[in-house]
Amino acid sequence: MRAAVLSFPGSNCDRDLLWALDTMSGIDSELVPASAEHLDNYDLVCVPGGFSYGDYLRSGAIARFSPVMSSLREHADRGGLVLGICNGFQILCEAGLLPGALQWNRNLNFICEPEPLRVVNTDSAFSNVYSQDQEIVLPIAHGEGNYYAAPDTLAKIEANGQVIFRYVDNPNGSLNDIAGLTNAAGNVLGMMPHPERAVEQLLGGTDGLGVFASLKAQCEEATTNAAR
Amino acid sequence: MNFLAKIHVNYKPSVLDPKAEAIKTALTRMSMDNVSSVLYGKYFELELTADSVAAANTQVDRICDELLANVNMETYRFELEEQSEVRE
Repeated sequence: MRAAVLSFPGSNCDRDLLWALDTMSGIDSELVPASAEHLDNYDLVCVPGGFSYGDYLRSGAIARFSPVMSSLREHADRGGLVLGICNGFQILCEAGLLPGALQWNRNLNFICEPEPLRVVNTDSAFSNVYSQDQEIVLPIAHGEGNYYAAPDTLAKIEANGQVIFRYVDNPNGSLNDIAGLTNAAGNVLGMMPHPERAVEQLLGGTDGLGVFASLKAQCEEATTNAAR
Repeated sequence: MNFLAKIHVNYKPSVLDPKAEAIKTALTRMSMDNVSSVLYGKYFELELTADSVAAANTQVDRICDELLANVNMETYRFELEEQSEVRE
């Protein structure tokens, strides 16, 4: 399994994510700059947190036009796995790879706290090692994490079971307590909480490891099936 | 032809805007109790050249739709003014 971590001007979680994937989860990973024209031979492409292009205009609005984004779209269209965390989630929404948008937190505060979440769907490439309705704690660190989607879009998201993580105590006003969701096909996930910041006890917890272990299990199963 | 586009981007009415709510709270503290609502939006001015009014309209509409507004949660409107020459 090979993973790419995209690095935009202003990304600041790219190296943490690389550490979580490579060192802590044993997934062969490398940083890829936003100027790259190709994303070939990766099973997983990660869009990290930070403040890409200063978050000017709206979070993720400028990053969406980076050269690498057309390759990312092709990767997603052929069923490749995409994981967007925090600013990465905002970028994926702006790019139309995920439904909805992320608005300012209800209380206008930048919130930086460990946050309890519930894993509400374990039938996904990103959550298959967790148990159904398991409560986990991951750090959040965002000003614009208030998930919004139009009523008809939200209804479709719920009907398709696209919500993977929900906040236990909604900190930011997100509709339906949504903390992380996939696209309709299930191969693209965006989440505001940071699993890469919860991968060893030194960081305060290891609940985030499950996201990377799930992706690894998904890829290994796909490889096994392909070999049959 | 030279044009000046004046573009307004606002949240959809269905989206609760916490920044507008914060401004309203401040107005209440200023005893401006007669202010019943606040809309907090963005305003852009673009200068551009185009072959016709229709072409300028189409282009500005695309700029708004794909960049200046996130149509998931925002709406936009704009006016086009034809200009004799580009402003310095």
